[in-house]
Amino acid sequence: MSFPWAKEYTPQNGLMKFLDEKLPLPRLVYNAVGAGYPVPRNLSYFWNFGVLAGFFLVLQIVTGVVLAMHYAANTQVAFASVEHIMRDINWGWLMRYAHANGASFFFVVIYIHIFRGLFYASYKPPREMIWLIGVVIFLLMMATAFMGYVLPWGQMSFWGAQVITGLFSAIPLVGEPLQVWILGGFAPDNAALNRFFSLHFLLPFVIAGCVILHIWALHIPGSSNPSGVEVKSESDTLPFHPYYTAKDGFGLGVALLVFMTFVFFLPNQLGHPDNYIEANPLSTPAHIVPEWYFYPFYAILRAFTYDFILPAKLWGVLAMFSAILVWFFLPWLDKGPVRSGHYRPLFRKFFWFGLIPVMAVLFFCGGAPAEEPYVMISQIATAYYFLHFLVILPIISSIERPDPLPFSITEAVLGSDKKAVLGENAEPVAT
Amino acid sequence: MIRLVGILIGLGFTFVVLLAFVTGAYTWATEDVAETPEHAFHEAAHSPDGGFAFDGPFGTWNVSQLQRGYQVYKEVCAACHSLNYVAFRNLAQLGYSEEQVKAEAATWQVPGINPDTGETTMRAAEPTDYFPSPFANDVAAAAANGGKIPPDLSLITKARHDGSNYVYSLISGYEPVPAELTEEFPEFEVPVGGYYNPYFESLVIGMAPPISVDGQVTYADGTEATIQQMSADVAAFLTWTAEPTLIKRKQTGWPVLGFLLFATILAWFAKKQIWSDAKPKRRKD
Repeated sequence: MSFPWAKEYTPQNGLMKFLDEKLPLPRLVYNAVGAGYPVPRNLSYFWNFGVLAGFFLVLQIVTGVVLAMHYAANTQVAFASVEHIMRDINWGWLMRYAHANGASFFFVVIYIHIFRGLFYASYKPPREMIWLIGVVIFLLMMATAFMGYVLPWGQMSFWGAQVITGLFSAIPLVGEPLQVWILGGFAPDNAALNRFFSLHFLLPFVIAGCVILHIWALHIPGSSNPSGVEVKSESDTLPFHPYYTAKDGFGLGVALLVFMTFVFFLPNQLGHPDNYIEANPLSTPAHIVPEWYFYPFYAILRAFTYDFILPAKLWGVLAMFSAILVWFFLPWLDKGPVRSGHYRPLFRKFFWFGLIPVMAVLFFCGGAPAEEPYVMISQIATAYYFLHFLVILPIISSIERPDPLPFSITEAVLGSDKKAVLGENAEPVAT
Repeated sequence: MIRLVGILIGLGFTFVVLLAFVTGAYTWATEDVAETPEHAFHEAAHSPDGGFAFDGPFGTWNVSQLQRGYQVYKEVCAACHSLNYVAFRNLAQLGYSEEQVKAEAATWQVPGINPDTGETTMRAAEPTDYFPSPFANDVAAAAANGGKIPPDLSLITKARHDGSNYVYSLISGYEPVPAELTEEFPEFEVPVGGYYNPYFESLVIGMAPPISVDGQVTYADGTEATIQQMSADVAAFLTWTAEPTLIKRKQTGWPVLGFLLFATILAWFAKKQIWSDAKPKRRKD
């Protein structure tokens, strides 16, 4: 589907005509990310992050496949095989640092992508399905990243695996057998390392499949935009190519500059020194922390320290999973008629002065040691996190009086929409 | 309905976490957290005077320092610490010729097999061999060192926070227990077989001061072997063992960033050009 004014693909030569008849792959690409996809003309740079996420997924798969050619998933040699990559493989250090930091940058762009969606309420109809698939992708990314961090078989790999799989043991009755089943033993060992490697290789391709669904679902209503007003006429859109390919090209250049600065000059900044010590089941590190991109959810997990009917640990696990699951329900929790935070004064205040600082605090507390005052701070932040999505958002979206919206995207960009004055665009184009 | 259920669940989690907050805050307010000597007297690592040659984005190896550091490792550290991930062939990077590497390797004994009898034996190392462990196995290593295995040093500077400075500070940082510490914490004492070191997390380290007097090593290049000098040299050497590609990495980074900067500037102008017809000035009326 597309807008009626979308350009149609016309094959330019014999080969392309042949292809278009037998397998219209060029047409698919043309309509997906080419001139055949009309995009709102007012997208800001916050709309670059979807393409950037796609780039980092591909980078992770390419570097990961190369690393897998040299890595050995066996507890006896895994740590040494990573050092072999770092020391003896041509450009192995570059592959590994690009892969390790690529994971971090994948999460950086995905967090910006998600919070852009939250501010502009991109999850609202007609884009619920895009959002739902997006949350699934985020969950798959977390699983993949967690298992990837176990593979080097350092101290944090081992103890992180121990702690995270230990979460399942909090489930009543089936918890402990479940943990043993997941690990293939009573503690992380060769069985766990092997299956984590297998799944770490598999899941990125599942993610890639979900990304295709995500983009497919996106092309049904078309991209959202900062005004939150739906596309009404041709003057509201520009073809994806060359306008947004050029804009994304510049955005990618900036992202790569930052990324390569980390890869070449600060490659271990986002990691943890303990993971350069080989896993030792007999020596527990003083502070077991996950990778930084899990900090907010780790802080929520540790915030529950009081046994209220259920054990505190179970509350923590429930809350941590709920913290992400709540995103699934956003399209139905936020009932406001307007999408964009720019036209929602109350929503906007709670976003910038509530949610964003609370996420920053949770990021900080998740990496801090589990002692006061960090635990108390993360408890307040956790309380706000749940209040924000489950209480504040449903209430303000019902009582808020949004600011007047522009008539159309064209008006939002140009200050006036001539066609609108003439009455040509009174009705939105049926899609 | 979804919103009603959502509000109830949200209030539920909030209630439980605030309950935890209230009990935690009460405990925090009523119970004094005892100050510990580890917290009060632990010192952060610091760099040697003038820093290391490999520091910073333009850093390079100081080859003669690495050679001196290797000498310190060989004569001092190697008595207890292994260097599992480093091979003798890697020493070529320290500015030694192929012949010198061969000769140097031959000064080490590694376990081998007698080709005539098949018995295990010791033989002179070759460049393809890895540095031998000082102990036959972990049990022997622990038994000879008060129950703790001396850590492998290959990756030590990456396995500790601010590793190069940490190794330097730790080795040169042994001192008697400060008088203020015994005053403040009368029950603090260094157990038998332990040594006070403010750079070690628990303040008491099981390793005897490895470098205790000036001139402990006689440098081949004539550099004065002060405790500070030897500590800095071996810290530099262990930075190299942890990441032999450190300098190559930084030197590769600059052209990569330069190319990307150029490409990004081009992309910026391309974007500007393409958008010039689509971005009319906002009318002011």
